Amino acid sequence: MLDFKQWNGFKGEHWREEINTRDFIQNNYTPYFGDESFLAGPTEATTKLWDELQDLQKQERAKGGVLDMDTDIVSGITSHEPGYLDKDLEKIVGLQTDKPLKRAFMPYGGIRMAEEALKTYGYTPNPQLHKIFTQYHKTHNQGVFDAYTPEMRLARKNKIITGLPDTYGRGRIVGDYRRIALYGIDTLMEAKKYDLAHCGNGKMRDDVIRRREEIAMQINALAEIKEMALSYGFDISEPAKNAAEACQWLYFGYLAAIKTQNGAAMSVGRISTFLDIYIQRDLDNGTLTEQQAQELIDHMVMKFRMVKFARIPSYNELFSGDPVWATLSVAGKGDDGRSMVTKNDFRFLHTLENMGPSPEPNLTVLYTNKLPEGFKKYAATISISTSSIQYENDDVMRPVWGDDYSICCCVSATQTGKEMQFFGARANLAKCLLYAINGGFDATSKMQVGPKYTPITSEYLDFDEVMKKYDDMMSWLASIYVHTLNLIHYMHDKYNYEAAEMALIDSNVRRTFATGIAGFSHVVDSLSAIKYAKVKTIRDENGVVVDFETIGDFPRYGNDDDRADEIAIWLLNTFLQKIKQCHTYRDSEPTTSILTITSNVVYGKATSSMPDGRKAGEPLAPGANPSYGAEQNGLLASLNSVAKLPYEWALDGISNTQTIHPDALGHDDNERRDNLVNVLDGYFVKGAHHLNVNVFGKEKLIDAMEHPEKPEYANFTIRVSGYAVKFIDLTKEQQLDVISRTCHSSM
Amino acid sequence: MALKGKIHSTESFGAADGPGIRFIVFFKGCNMRCKYCHNPDTWYGGEFKEIDADELINTALRYKSYWGENGGITASGGEPLLQIDFLTEFFKKAKQKGIHTTLDTAGQPFNNSPQFLEKFDELMKYCDLVMLDIKEMNNTRHKELTGQSNENILQMAKYLSKIGKPMWIRYVLVPDNSDFDEDLASLNGFLKTLDNVKKVEILPYHTLGVFKWENLGLEYKLKDVLPPSDEKIKNAKEILGI
Repeated sequence: MLDFKQWNGFKGEHWREEINTRDFIQNNYTPYFGDESFLAGPTEATTKLWDELQDLQKQERAKGGVLDMDTDIVSGITSHEPGYLDKDLEKIVGLQTDKPLKRAFMPYGGIRMAEEALKTYGYTPNPQLHKIFTQYHKTHNQGVFDAYTPEMRLARKNKIITGLPDTYGRGRIVGDYRRIALYGIDTLMEAKKYDLAHCGNGKMRDDVIRRREEIAMQINALAEIKEMALSYGFDISEPAKNAAEACQWLYFGYLAAIKTQNGAAMSVGRISTFLDIYIQRDLDNGTLTEQQAQELIDHMVMKFRMVKFARIPSYNELFSGDPVWATLSVAGKGDDGRSMVTKNDFRFLHTLENMGPSPEPNLTVLYTNKLPEGFKKYAATISISTSSIQYENDDVMRPVWGDDYSICCCVSATQTGKEMQFFGARANLAKCLLYAINGGFDATSKMQVGPKYTPITSEYLDFDEVMKKYDDMMSWLASIYVHTLNLIHYMHDKYNYEAAEMALIDSNVRRTFATGIAGFSHVVDSLSAIKYAKVKTIRDENGVVVDFETIGDFPRYGNDDDRADEIAIWLLNTFLQKIKQCHTYRDSEPTTSILTITSNVVYGKATSSMPDGRKAGEPLAPGANPSYGAEQNGLLASLNSVAKLPYEWALDGISNTQTIHPDALGHDDNERRDNLVNVLDGYFVKGAHHLNVNVFGKEKLIDAMEHPEKPEYANFTIRVSGYAVKFIDLTKEQQLDVISRTCHSSM
Repeated sequence: MALKGKIHSTESFGAADGPGIRFIVFFKGCNMRCKYCHNPDTWYGGEFKEIDADELINTALRYKSYWGENGGITASGGEPLLQIDFLTEFFKKAKQKGIHTTLDTAGQPFNNSPQFLEKFDELMKYCDLVMLDIKEMNNTRHKELTGQSNENILQMAKYLSKIGKPMWIRYVLVPDNSDFDEDLASLNGFLKTLDNVKKVEILPYHTLGVFKWENLGLEYKLKDVLPPSDEKIKNAKEILGI
């Protein structure tokens, strides 16, 4: 059994015998049942640092979104000299490059994109690096395009499968960064060396060889993390001895991840309860004050607010507003029924007060109605004042992922330190319905994309005929989608392996295969229109259906009307079953999701008119949200519809974003707070998965769009599908899309 | 045959019409013609559905999980008291299911006739809270603003006080129409004579319903009136001691 003097006062045994952060947490955390009155405001240093950072952010915006870029150094764990925001004031140190907000050069995902990002912002790529990554070293993107079949290229080009991680890092892998604080690098290295020595039984099959190579890369990464920390003046060989070290050690692990990967989502994980154990020990020892504890958390969160990647314009169209999904999850309950809310969960939410609202880190409350009332009320209060928090149902996730899962992307859960995800973007099921009607012909691009099945030739659509053809076309889509993802992830493992993150995950890793659905509500409403109203096809000169005329009323998803909602449930289940029938790479477990991030705008552009009345090119509704204008019975009816979708069929997440006018939430702050808690309780008790809560009126959005220069809008943050974003950083198109969505207001 | 109500619409999420989160049923029809009404579409004609009480209750119960400890249903409108028989049945069935019931009324149909009071007493058996709108204390101004006298409305307040029914008084503050200091003082004096007033709410006039007037082809007479200033709201609150 391991023992370190740094562990003085800690209880429990299993975690001393094996790498087991969860066991450490369960044995040592102190649940907190009080309210927010203990919290401390920002220190002078915090305010000064935050002002400096805001000033840099202002300069960044003035320069068109990018402050500075690296052209000559290939980013790696130890690639840069130490960088600081303000060395004398920072309690937590470490930057991705040598300067704050300077974006690193990360070519392993694809040299073409890395160079395009530079050129977009007026920088000249280094010719030497160009030569290295085109002639001597292949990148992920090149590998993928070498192996793509013509059919895959066509499906991709026509955006029936879309947002694929073939031009950007797949992300979504959360290292258990807490392990560095708890064990120190040396112990973690010993454990990985043991795994390497015991990997395989001597028979060198390709899977064993690959595993051995990967573990070796992980060991190297650990050595590099240690070296990087040393360059900042910290020896992290051994466990952290106090709260300040624990925060810093943990952050070095995360920093290694964001120096080596520019994944779409680079989540921090579930760290608040863990860190509270160290803070509480120091508070009890009298070596730390509440103000100092808050300062540590504020400075750490400031670092998460500074994470930047060099992106290309097509990426920004998909994921608008420069998000990195530094998702940080708080609260939740343990398997033993105890609340895992600690004072530190309050401290993380309190950063939104001490330093104002911010899109990053993507603060996620793992919610259950059994959370302590004081915490629920505080979270609701912060939601109302900042619109920066999302809520996810701990009661549906815990049975599947245990009590130490993290949110690894916008809304998807992952077992911390035990699992990795193959992120798979989305299949456009709305487009697929149109393919079913047109026999695989794409009415937007005028190309034969899907298999040339018999198209529907009747003037009016017959529900049974459409359903039969849709089923066939969905089978085709599921299969080409999974095949394409298999290929992408093979190449990502090969050319852009996440050694730093995987070094902090068990060698015997569980893999999930996260597919996704786009256009959900439009398919549901369209099928409902075909079933309950009369849908007439409008054809072009070649007989291709390009539009529809829908006569009569029909039930729509988003009104708690079972007739429409049953179609929604059927659609989810059918698509998941088809995904499950395909072989998934490295025997990963297939899941699916109904979340689209802001990519609903781009997907909509490539999708022609639908029978539900959505016209060609208009944005799809985001995630699992009902369609624009479909909700006729108020917020709760809409929530009830979404809550009917079984989470167990969409383990990768069901994202729902709602905006409530403050006047509609109550007359005063206390009423609003209590009513929001009741909304959350009521929604999640029904088994719903996720809710983004925005509290503001449309008038504020319109004013912010027209007057982005007003100081009050500099940090005006809103929740969009699965993340938070500064409203003024969205493209105009996306701003208009957000404004057009339903705002639940009172009359 | 079950009694049917003429229902203009329902709203699953009412967080500003009674305690907590409420399912709101907008009854059709009203005899008042308040110049600032934000639901003029409930007055007459137009769309409504005939729904029986069981169906309404079943719909309401779909939202029970959101009500917490103090939510429930609110009958609003329009003027629910114009359909007092149906309203009573609706509330009676709601109470059988343990639902908190709130009546949001302007009180205009109230009168002291034995026939009415018999029905009203029956209704009150199943009503947990009355939210009574008082539009103006000065009867001349009241008539000008609403087209009706305020006498029976004030009588209703007194009656509720007499029978000990918990009530919230709501007052819409309209600049130059119902924001006179002397009338607010008179309201304050009147409220002091009442028992069981649990809450007095000032509702600042807003213009969110104006588009409905236009849709209905009605002339909106308060076009030039802006929502009250924060100062005016504060002043009204001070006079009413809230």
